[in-house]
Amino acid sequence: MAAFKTLEIIRLGFRSLTQHALRSLLTMLGILCGVAAVIAMLAIGEGTSQETQEQFRRLGANNIILQSVKPGDKPAARVFGMPVLAYGLTYADLQRMKDILLHAEVVVPQRRIPREVRYSHRKMRATIVGTVPWDGALSSAALREGRRLIAADEYQNLNHCVLGYKVAEALFQHESPLGKALHVAGDYYRIVGVLAPRGMGGRNPMGGDAEDLDTQVYIPLATARTRFGQVLIATDPNDQASESVELHEIHVRVPTVDQVMGTSRAIEELFGRTHRYSDWSMFVPLQQIEEAKAAGERFSIMLAAIAAISLLVGGIGIMNIMLASVTERTREIGIRRALGAKKRDIVLQFLVETVVISFMGGLLGVGGGIFIPWAITKFMEQKTVVTPQSLVLSVAISLGIGLIFGMYPAWRAAQLDPIEALRHE
Amino acid sequence: MSVAEVRNLSKRYQMGPETVHALRDVSIVFGEGDYTAIMGHSGSGKSTLLNVLGCLDRPTGGEYFLGGQNVATLSDDQLSAVRGKHIGFVFQSFNLIAQLTVQENIEVPLFYQGVASRQRRQRSAELAEMVGLEHRLHHRPTELSGGQQQRVAIARSLANDPLVILADEPTGNLDTATQHEILAIFEKLNRAGKTIIMVTHEDDVAACAKRRIILADGLVKRTEHGRQVD
Repeated sequence: MAAFKTLEIIRLGFRSLTQHALRSLLTMLGILCGVAAVIAMLAIGEGTSQETQEQFRRLGANNIILQSVKPGDKPAARVFGMPVLAYGLTYADLQRMKDILLHAEVVVPQRRIPREVRYSHRKMRATIVGTVPWDGALSSAALREGRRLIAADEYQNLNHCVLGYKVAEALFQHESPLGKALHVAGDYYRIVGVLAPRGMGGRNPMGGDAEDLDTQVYIPLATARTRFGQVLIATDPNDQASESVELHEIHVRVPTVDQVMGTSRAIEELFGRTHRYSDWSMFVPLQQIEEAKAAGERFSIMLAAIAAISLLVGGIGIMNIMLASVTERTREIGIRRALGAKKRDIVLQFLVETVVISFMGGLLGVGGGIFIPWAITKFMEQKTVVTPQSLVLSVAISLGIGLIFGMYPAWRAAQLDPIEALRHE
Repeated sequence: MSVAEVRNLSKRYQMGPETVHALRDVSIVFGEGDYTAIMGHSGSGKSTLLNVLGCLDRPTGGEYFLGGQNVATLSDDQLSAVRGKHIGFVFQSFNLIAQLTVQENIEVPLFYQGVASRQRRQRSAELAEMVGLEHRLHHRPTELSGGQQQRVAIARSLANDPLVILADEPTGNLDTATQHEILAIFEKLNRAGKTIIMVTHEDDVAACAKRRIILADGLVKRTEHGRQVD
């Protein structure tokens, strides 16, 4: 019996809404905006978080990246009367790691040499990166044309290269660079492939700025060693000392993601024993992914909390209208009480009306909440992800808002004295 | 046999520092099939008596038996149930709910008694026919004349077949012709056995009743028996 009564009251609630269509719509607007904002904010937060995670994932979640860092406290040694500061990762480090990290799939060094590259009369500053074909960062990069470096390039010390997108654009413009020869430091390199745009690499959070991955030129590591020597000595005009760096980067790749943290701790320990100065840094993409995930969640929650304020405002708006409605319908309440309505019948009637308004507002808000992220993605090229949970959550919240903010007006209505209410004009 | 009976009923209000005695020691018996007019000037206590009789208000002293049950001490929810089941209200200003149709207005007391939709529909149609409004079932109260609205209200008051009908100045807002129409309906109902208690200050309306109780200063001043119409 109670159930059928509730159903009738819900029907009555809907009718009372359609009888004041404009007022109901305006009242819903607050909840509508709130729900749409919450969903949109969660979608933006989720999109940003996924995008960041994706950036780190491109570096390979199974990888640990070690880099040479110029130490602040190491004095320069004198070599033939010239001050030379030798620092960073060494071939000895590489060998030690190979000996200790038996489970690691590969231990891959990278060399970077800043050089001018030329084709015909055009030239630009690029970074020559000596790398192996199985390097995670390179092998996961998308190709625009041609191919990546392959094992044969490495084993045969071939003068082959793959261009970063900007290098190809600057030197070749409208021609295809494939098969052409790139002039670098007196040698010619056959261009076998061009990478798609990659943007700034975020891989060097501790030492120095992010580098522009698109101005890199990749050559086989073996080739780099023969052409540029075992040790890179660069002379900085602003500094009295020259610098000597054996290896700029070492990549450690483990078979499964669970081994990443243990391996990184082992490397830390090894380097703690063998390096007196802090002339190296370790970067673990996995850790960054986790951190990005956590940061993304915090960001989402903050955005949603800001959006939730508009839900609160919407709820207050509903309460306001319902209080006005109670006053306006005082006489009706008196009549219903005289004709046998109990207090809880009156509470139910007004509560149902409030919940119906906020629920309808919530449903319309879901529409807005799906549309806004879609528009943001379409026109602002910002990745957004609307999760089903956020939809369910916001509809549930809108129901809750209706219940909470409907409670007080409904209680007020029920507390009216029937005699007074009947006399009300 | 008494349908409703008040014994030594009193009602006091606190108005600031002063205590107002709206009713003092009122005892009245309403027998089955009685048609009683309660009269008196404003401030005589007739509205308070009506509110107590209608279970809208609780007395501060005395007893009130309705259908053999002492209702003077019931809880708010219990009083709601008693009102819905045993009392039919007819008000001076009709008090129909504007958003509802004629039929739905008649159904309101049935709804709160938990009568299922189909039975409600049937009962309300019968009642509308009884007051001659079967062709107005789906109209809104505002589309009806005053007399028609009061007929809807009378139909509504009969919905749960109550023990008593309480009419508060039922013809106060009507012209003379319509007044006669409404009083004729009351008379017909009374002849069919309904107990009617009507509050009025108009002598010619009160004259239709079988008994008149005149209140003054919260006391029964005089009781007159017999119809006084020709």
